[in-house]
Formats: sequence, structure tokens, C-alpha cells
Amino acid sequence: MTIRSRHGLLVLPLLAFLIIAYLAPVALMLARTVGESFGFEPLRQVIASPVAVKVFLYTLETAVWVTLITLVLAYPLAFFIATARSLTASLLMAVVLIPFWTSILIRSYAWMVLLGRKGIINELLISVGLLSQPLKLLNTGFAVYIGMVHVLLPFMILPILASLKGIDGRLVAAAENLGAGPVSVFRHVILPLSMPGVLAGTVLVFVLALGFYITPALLGGPSDMTISMLIAQEVDLYRWDVGAAMAALLLVMTLVALLGFSRFVSLDKILGGTK
Amino acid sequence: MTGYAITLSSPLARALLGIVALAVALFLIVPVLVIVPLSFSSGSFLSFPPPGFSLRWYQQLFSRSDWMDSAWLSIWIACLVALLSTVLGTAASFGLVRGKFPGQRLLVAFILSPLIIPGIIVAIAVYFFYARLQLVGSPIAIAVAHTALAVPFVVVNVSASLHGFDKRLEMAAQNLGAGAFDTFRLVILPSIRPGVIAGALFAFITSFDELIVALFIAGPSQVTLPLRMWESMRSSLEPTLAAVSTLAVVASVSLFLCASWLQRRAQAGAGRMVREGA
Repeated sequence: MTIRSRHGLLVLPLLAFLIIAYLAPVALMLARTVGESFGFEPLRQVIASPVAVKVFLYTLETAVWVTLITLVLAYPLAFFIATARSLTASLLMAVVLIPFWTSILIRSYAWMVLLGRKGIINELLISVGLLSQPLKLLNTGFAVYIGMVHVLLPFMILPILASLKGIDGRLVAAAENLGAGPVSVFRHVILPLSMPGVLAGTVLVFVLALGFYITPALLGGPSDMTISMLIAQEVDLYRWDVGAAMAALLLVMTLVALLGFSRFVSLDKILGGTK
Repeated sequence: MTGYAITLSSPLARALLGIVALAVALFLIVPVLVIVPLSFSSGSFLSFPPPGFSLRWYQQLFSRSDWMDSAWLSIWIACLVALLSTVLGTAASFGLVRGKFPGQRLLVAFILSPLIIPGIIVAIAVYFFYARLQLVGSPIAIAVAHTALAVPFVVVNVSASLHGFDKRLEMAAQNLGAGAFDTFRLVILPSIRPGVIAGALFAFITSFDELIVALFIAGPSQVTLPLRMWESMRSSLEPTLAAVSTLAVVASVSLFLCASWLQRRAQAGAGRMVREGA
């Protein structure tokens, strides 16, 4: 055995640990999908349930919209940070990273405080005279979108910023010298060169959005149920096999999204965007 | 990095971009900052602006044994997670960076997969597994489950600092007669230490903030801090929450600042050691 292959053995303790603590539980859970008589009854039950289908579609739709909104908001901020002076850039980086480093639970709490019936936004709007009655903002689909976009923005900003920072500024200067206006410099030089970051951020945000639980549970109303919330509910009702079948479907959706996108962007790049 | 950053020459474009960027930046930071004044409010409701300054919510927090028990439980579990994932993750990073074996890329994807797989999937899988083994309600069982979620951060950080490590130092040590263990302890570990500590800090925070897995596998007497906050948010939204949240934000921002400072040192580390040694 060579020294190089012996070094590889150091992976074994972690591998053994993950097989027992992570892979085996997930595999056994997925095995429940097969059902007691091996006819995939739990899976059939999920597919035949109108509620489950509605929840799956709602989750997908939410993930698509949240990803698009996040992209539209993240790009300008990333672009501004990439072109700002170093002090402004550091300040804005702190603004991106402090929420990123704050737990999802606390950020959802902050939005509950802001959006509630007697929350800060309603109180402010009433005291200024713009409203006479408080608006129902909390426990709505709107609050779920706000909360999810807030949690996911840094995951979009950081990869886009990384690829914008990698662009050689001389290319922009050259395009300008050749007579390109700001719009055409952006369209033909900056946007194409920043696409790897845009794609990495898009995949990451979309995949993470599919699995949201805490934010919609705290900010949404009764009709804003995501797949993760439905799975938790089934498990609480002791319908473990049905919950497992839903989890299997969610896992397949996650993997399909990841592999589908991995044709355009490497998985290493996507995972490099997390923290 | 090329050293030539892109610039915007049109002042109008710059102004428009600045306005949008400022709006997004405010959207990001205001919700996090708004908790801070609320936690120092003298009122018993979450009214804004607060009617006056007081420390009553902090006093209440520190005098209530349920909140303090939860805080200590979470800290204890997070320490265990940091220790376990640092040991397993550092060894594995060595194997991954130095070793060469079939299926290596697949193995890396497997180790990093908890970062991207929905939390609920891991949570119920572990719950079913522990229920069968009658491990639900054990703090150590929570720590074991959290370690699987935290270990990717150690592997990412330690691998990065190992890539930056100058192998000639290791060869020099071995030529001078150091054994494998001494080489690791005296030469490699000191120079990758920032990466290892950064990984440990990330692992600590991952466990300290984790809710979904704890929601399923914690028993009634193991209420971690995120669990206690979750329960309080679902029922009363008491202002004590603002005090806990403020402390938690301050704690995690300081830990992350340490970790990212160490990360930067880890990347610069090996090269500097060679220069200083020369």
C-alpha cells in the first residue's frame, strides 16, 4: 500500500459515523415508501391525495417566485458592492452577512414583530395617517414571501458577487473605448461573465426554498402550507409511511433540481456558496 | 481576481443602482436591528418606538430557570457537536486532500449533502431511527444528529487550509527524523489550526441554531434554546424573546467574525510560515 492510499483511510471514521447517523436513517425512512405489501401504497396515497398535490404545487410555485424575486433584488446589490469603494463595500458586506449569520428562527421572529396586527409597520402607517385600520400582513402568503426572500437573499448575493469580482475590469474599459454604452456593456460583457454566479445562486436558492419549514410555519396562514410542513403534520398524526413517501418525493425533487442544473454549473460551485 | 475591478462610468446608472442597492440593504438589515431596541423596552408589549429604556426583559430572562436551562443545554450540545465534528472532519479532510481513491468525488458530495438536503428529511429519518432504538429524548442523540449536519463546515474549512499548506515543510520534518504523529502535531496542525478552529466555530453555531431536528427528537425535558423560542413564538411573542434574540444575534455575529477572520488567516497561513521560517 502506498502512502497516498493509506492517507485515504482517515476518511473511514467519518464515513462510518455518517453511515450510522445519517445514511442508514434516511435509507430506512425511504424504504417505508415501498409499503407493507411492497405495492408502494404510501406513495400512491400521496399522489391520490388532492391536499398533498395542492401542497406540492404551492411549494414549487413559491420556490420559483421566491427564486426570481431574490435574483432581481440580489443582482443590483451585488453589482453595487462589486463596483463600490472599499469602505462602502465592507459596510454593505456586513449588511449582507449579519442577517446571513442570524438564525432563521430569529429572522422570522423579527418579521412577526414587524408585520403583526399591532406590529411596527401597522403602527407606523397608522400614526402617520396612511391607514385607519391595521392591515392583515402576518399569516399571509405575502409574509411568507417576504420572510423567505429575506432568508435566501445572501445565498444569491454571495455567488453573484464572487463572479462579478472575478471580471477583469479592463474588458469593461475596452468595450467602452470601442463605443459601447452602459446598457450594452452590461448586456454583452458584464451579464454573460457573471452568469456562473447567477446560475449557482439560482440553484442554491431554488433548492433551499423547496425545503422551507420554519419561515412559512411562523409567517404563513392556514393555506400557506409547504411540503415540509405537511410532512411534519403527517408524522405528528402517526402516519409515518405517508410522511416518508412525501419526504422521498421532496428528496427526488431536490436531487432532480440539483442534477438538472449541474449541467450548467458544477456542484462544487453551488456548495461553495453555502457559508 | 485580476486586480482590475469593474467600474461604472455613467453617473446616472451609478445613482439608480445605488438607490436600488440601498433599498435591498435596508430590507436585509432593518429586521435584524429592530429587535435590539425592543429588547430594552420598558413596556410589556412590542410597541415601537419603545416607551422607555429598561433592562427588565434581560432580568426576567436570567431569572427564569426554563430559559437558562435551555441555554445551557444548547451550549452543552453545541460543544459536543463542535468536538465530535472537528475530530471526525479534520481526519476526513486529510484523507480527502492527501489520499486518492475511487469514488472520491461521490464521497465528498455525500459528506456535503446535509448542507442542501431539506432539514425535514433528515429530521424525520433520524426520528424514526431513534424511535426504534428508543433514543428519543437523549441530549447525546441530539448531538449525534447535529454532528452530521455540522461536519460539512469542518471539512470545507480544514480542506481549504490543507490545500494552502506547503508540503515541503512536512517533507523537511520527515527528513529531519520526525515520525508521522510528530509531523502532524508539530508541523501540520499549527499551520492549519485557524481552519480547524473556524470549522469548529461553524459546527458550534450550526448546532446552537438548529431547530427542525430537535423539534422531532428532543424529549419534553430536553428543550433546547431554539425549541423554547419556537414554542414561545407560537404562543405569546413575549418581549423576553427580543432579549434572547438580541443576545443570540450578538453571540453568533461575534463567533462568525472570529471564524471568518480565522478563515482568512488560514488561507494566508502556510505561505507566511514559509517566509517567516526562511
